[in-house]
Order: sequence, then structure tokens, then C-alpha cells
Amino acid sequence: MLTFTIRRLILAIPTLLFISFVIFLIVKLSPSDPTAGLPLTIPPEVREQIRESLGVNDPLFVQYFKWLKLMVWDEPLHILQDATGWQIAPDGPRIISYQTRSPVMDLILQRMPQTLWVVGTSYIVGILIALPLGIISAYRQYSWFDQVGTLVSMIGFSVPTFFTGVLFIVIFAVNLGWFPSVYDTTLVVTGWDTFWLQVRQMIMPVMVLGLFNASQISRYMRASMLDNLNQDYVRTARAKGLREGTVVLVHVLRNSMIPVVTVIALNVPAVFGGAIITEQVFKVNGIGQLLIIAIQGGDVPVVQTVSVIFAVLIVLFNLIADILYGVLDPRIRYD
Amino acid sequence: MSDAPNQPVATSGATPAGAAPVAALEAYRAPRNQWWDVWDQFKTHKGALFGLSFFIFALLFVFLGPLFWTLESTYIDIRARNTNHMFACFGVGSGWLSPEAWGAWLRDMPACFADPAGFSAANPIHGLKLTWAHPLGADQLGRDTLARMMVGGQTSIAVGLTAMLLALFFGTLVGVIAGYFRKVDGLLMRLTDLFLAMPLLPLLLVIIMLFRDNLRAAFGPEGGIFVLIVVVIGLTSWMQTARVVRGDVLALKEREFVLAARSIGTPPARLILRHILPNVMSSIMVSATLGIANAIITESALSFLGLGFPSDFPTWGRLLFDATDWLTQNPERVIWPGLFISLTVLSVNYIGDGLRDALDPRIRGR
Repeated sequence: MLTFTIRRLILAIPTLLFISFVIFLIVKLSPSDPTAGLPLTIPPEVREQIRESLGVNDPLFVQYFKWLKLMVWDEPLHILQDATGWQIAPDGPRIISYQTRSPVMDLILQRMPQTLWVVGTSYIVGILIALPLGIISAYRQYSWFDQVGTLVSMIGFSVPTFFTGVLFIVIFAVNLGWFPSVYDTTLVVTGWDTFWLQVRQMIMPVMVLGLFNASQISRYMRASMLDNLNQDYVRTARAKGLREGTVVLVHVLRNSMIPVVTVIALNVPAVFGGAIITEQVFKVNGIGQLLIIAIQGGDVPVVQTVSVIFAVLIVLFNLIADILYGVLDPRIRYD
Repeated sequence: MSDAPNQPVATSGATPAGAAPVAALEAYRAPRNQWWDVWDQFKTHKGALFGLSFFIFALLFVFLGPLFWTLESTYIDIRARNTNHMFACFGVGSGWLSPEAWGAWLRDMPACFADPAGFSAANPIHGLKLTWAHPLGADQLGRDTLARMMVGGQTSIAVGLTAMLLALFFGTLVGVIAGYFRKVDGLLMRLTDLFLAMPLLPLLLVIIMLFRDNLRAAFGPEGGIFVLIVVVIGLTSWMQTARVVRGDVLALKEREFVLAARSIGTPPARLILRHILPNVMSSIMVSATLGIANAIITESALSFLGLGFPSDFPTWGRLLFDATDWLTQNPERVIWPGLFISLTVLSVNYIGDGLRDALDPRIRGR
């Protein structure tokens, strides 16, 4: 298992290198100009000097490796320094946003908590809805509960989050006035009333993302439970005289969770991607919104960094899913 | 491998279906195309039938609708700006509980439908602006929503179908080559894995933002963005098809009819086109339905983020995006495009579900 993990970790490095190179290349080959946002009164030769100082005219590979070194070595050290206070960060340049002139990592760290709160809560809510739904649907296959559950998960799976989000705003914010339609990130939770405000503003984005996740996961849960419910070991467990609850919730559930857990791990990056849209709908100033603003402003460093972070998330959670599968299922042995 | 006694097996179309005794049993029945069996099974899936009928309805609505509703989608009727849709007439009551409210509703609702303009002018309390000239209302410039829904649907569905075809082409090409030629299998599958590990939505956004202006210059404002979106969606969604097709081809390659074809000297190209491709058709069709759904959702999401089609060239996603600024005044402007996107995707997903069941010979005929 350990050798497998190490082998997969080593294999992940070329994947990440390739993806980061593609991201770097797409952004570099584009016709956008870092000096485009500067005042038009700057004469062309000064403009050329600015480009030169930004390193835009270096050979492509030089630029890539410089950027890569900043990305994987300098920036993590800076984060560590900010977190611990040790003087370990190098003095060299950092990845600077064209728009705000501040280090990109600082921007990302500022926006990370909002995204993590919304995405994390919605994923947990989604799982909490999906598991009982899938279990009951499978246990009572073809009952009315199963029919309704399958229909609802099919609808939840098909209706895009930008429509459910807007629909929720129309119903709950415009017509009923229960929840605010805009997520206020300046809110600081100090007491019960601010806590209640925070809960109210989180309900809609969390439910929109959570229902979408729940509909996906419950389909897997149902299919996996159905696979296991007809197995011989279930009959054995019943024949031994175990209570029905023990059979379903201990014997079947534990075995059915194996593929579901890996699906849950595999879906985490997709949820972050989906949060881009939800953040835009509810005006949450998280990472997704940072990306959209950066794209609209031609802010190349921010776009590159955020895309690389998404790529790292995908590769990381693929790895976690693979390892989890081996740990949970004794039939799977990679060595 | 299943061998249902009275059904020709779908995945062995190139082999003589059924043995001699089976043929004797079936002698009284006219020879029947296997696609009729598929259709018979498909018909038993209620969701799939609903999906197929809605998809046909949507196609008729967007492509034949403009023949009947001849108002131009770009015509600006500035007096009719922010008109509500006629369904608002159902909501003219003032309460639920009192009998008077119900009486008023029964009186007002038909009056509203009979003379919407007069009714809405005479009863400002409802805050409505209605006219039969724009049954689904009009936007802030007075452009007719019904006409824009039709034109927008044409683009959305065209993008969905074209991107799906492109993705299917690439996916099948990569899948068949990887499955058939062992030498390139590892390389192509690593490439597929790399594409699967890409952060697609951010990349799509970046590519569209960066290359939009160049393509617009090359193909014109509408053609350029259409080509860009179709190519970009097609190039980023072929991986699932490639994996499924490769798996099928690997299994088919070991079958006797492929061996027989190869032993009489069939060249690889003809072997693939004549014997292997028809047999992977079923999985390709299922991924085609998923591909349409994926392409429509992706295009709408891009348009919704303001990085898809321009506002004067509507798609359902763009209509939804434009309508979000008018949520308090005209909430129904959000509902219609959203409803059509959702129902189209739902219907395509159900068609895929039904097709998967119908094309599986182990389920079919039971």
C-alpha cells in the first residue's frame, strides 16, 4: 500500500507539470497585454520597458520555469512565513496581480474562507441528504419513496445550479423575503443575532449546491446498495437471525459505502468548479468570483494561479480516492 | 455473455444471430430488424418516452415556431418594454382564504385574459403590464420574449448537437484507436487521463476570454463565438466517450467474428468500420445523449457567466443571464429560459436512461 501511494505520488508530478504547462501556455499565447490597463498617455518606448521588466519578452521556457519556481517554492514559503512568523521567505519577486498590484497568494488566502465555508457546508449537507435517500430508495426498491426519490434526483441532476440559484432568489428573497439574496462577507459573527444572520445568508447558496451534490451522490448510493442487497452474505446474516436494522445498516451499508466514498472524494474538485457559478449567483466573493474578475480584467497571474490550484485539487483528490479504495476494500490490492 | 433464446443479441450484429433451433422456433415470425426490439423496450420506459416527446417538442418549438410566430426577435417595441407574461393573469387574486377573494379572482381572471391591456391599465394594484402582442412578455427594450426564446433555443440546441458530434467524433476516434492498436493504447489513455485532470470550467473561461476577439474577426461576431464555443466544448468533453469505447473495443477484439474477419485478410480500417464500429454503436449513442446534456449546460453556464454569446445573439443561457438584473420587476423572464434549459437537459438524460436499458440485451426482452 505504501509503495503504491508513493508510486502514485511520483506519477502525479508529471501530470501536474503537464497541466501547469498547458495552463501557462494558453494564457501566454493569448493576445492579452499586461500593459493594456495602463493609461494611454504612457509613450510606447516606456511601455516596452515595462513589458521588459515584467519578463514578457524572455523565451517561453525561461518564463515557465521562473513562474514554476515562484509557484512551488517561493509562494509556499511566503505563506508559511505569514502563518508562523519565521524569517524563511526568499527576497525575490512574487506572483503579483496585474489588477491589484498585491501578491496573488494574499488575494487567494483572503477569499479562501468564504469558498471553503460555502462549498464545505454544502457538500456535507449534500452527503447528509444523499445517504439516507439512497439507502431507503434501495431498501424499498420500486416503492413510491423510491420512485419520487429517483425522479427528484434526476431533476436535481439535470437542473443547472445557475437556474436553481436564481429560482431560489425569486422565491425566497424576492417573493417571500426570508433570506438575503446577496452574501455579505463583511459580517463578523459576534453573538447570536449575527450568527443567525450568517445562517440565513448561507442557507440559499448551501442548499443550491447541496441539492445538486445530493442528487448525484444518492444515485450512486442507491445503485451500490442494490448491488449489495442481493449478495449471499446478506442472506447469511439474516439466516443467523440478526435484526434487519443490523443487516442493512451495518453489513450492507459498510460494503456499499466503499464506492460511494471514492465518488465523494472524486467529486470534491467538481464541486469547487461548480461553486464558481454559485458564487456568481449569490455574489459570494470567493475564489470563483476572483477567477471571473481576473478573466474579465485580463489579470494573467491570478488566472494562472487559480487554475493551477484547481488542477492540484483534481490530482490530489483522484489520488485520495485511489488510496481510499485500497484502504477500504480488502479485495483491492495494488501491490 | 447473455444469449436470450428468442432475441437476436445486439452486440453480435455481425455474427449470424441465433442457432438453428431458435430459427425453427421463430419461423412463423417475419424477420425483424433489431432496432424494433430496441424501440419496444424503449417504449416501456415512461421517463424516456416523456423525454423523447419533450425533446421533439423543443425541436419543433425552436425550429418551426418562428414560421408561426413571425415577430422578429430583434424588433424593438419600446412601448411594450418590461411587459409581463400572460400567465400573470392567473395570479390576479388578492388572497386565498376569503370567499370574496375567490369571487374576485373568478371575475378578474377571465377579464384579464379577454382584454389584458385594458385590464392591466384599469387595475394598477396588480402592477402588471400585459398584452396579447407579447404572450411571454418583453424585455427592457421591448423585444418579444417568445421570439427570443425560439431564436435562443436554436442556438442552444445547435451548440448542443454540434459540440456533441465533435466530442463523439474525437472520443470514438481515440477510443477505437486506443482499443484496437495496442502500441498507442498507453499513450492515448495517459492523454485521456491528463485531459480528465484538467480544471475544465476555468480553462474554458480562460480560452473563450482570450481568443474571442481573434475568432470574431475571422468568422464574424456570431459565427466566431459559435465556432469557438462548439470547438472548446467538443475538445474538452470527449474523454468519457473515449474510455467507454476503448473498453468495448478491447472486449470485441477478442470475439470470434473479429478473428474470422481478420483471418480472411480484412485490413484494419475496414475491420474497424465494418465490424467493430457497428457493435460499439450502442454505447456511443448513450454517451451522445449525455454529451448533448453536458454541452447545453456548459454553453448556458458560459453565457450565464457573461463569457458566452453576446446579448444581441441570444441563447437560453444568455436570456437567463440578462434577466437576472430584472428579478424584482419581471421574475418570469428568468423562469422561461431556465425552464427550457432544465427540461431539455432532463429529457435528454431520460432518453439516455431509456436507451441504455433498451440497448442492453440482458435487460431487453424481459
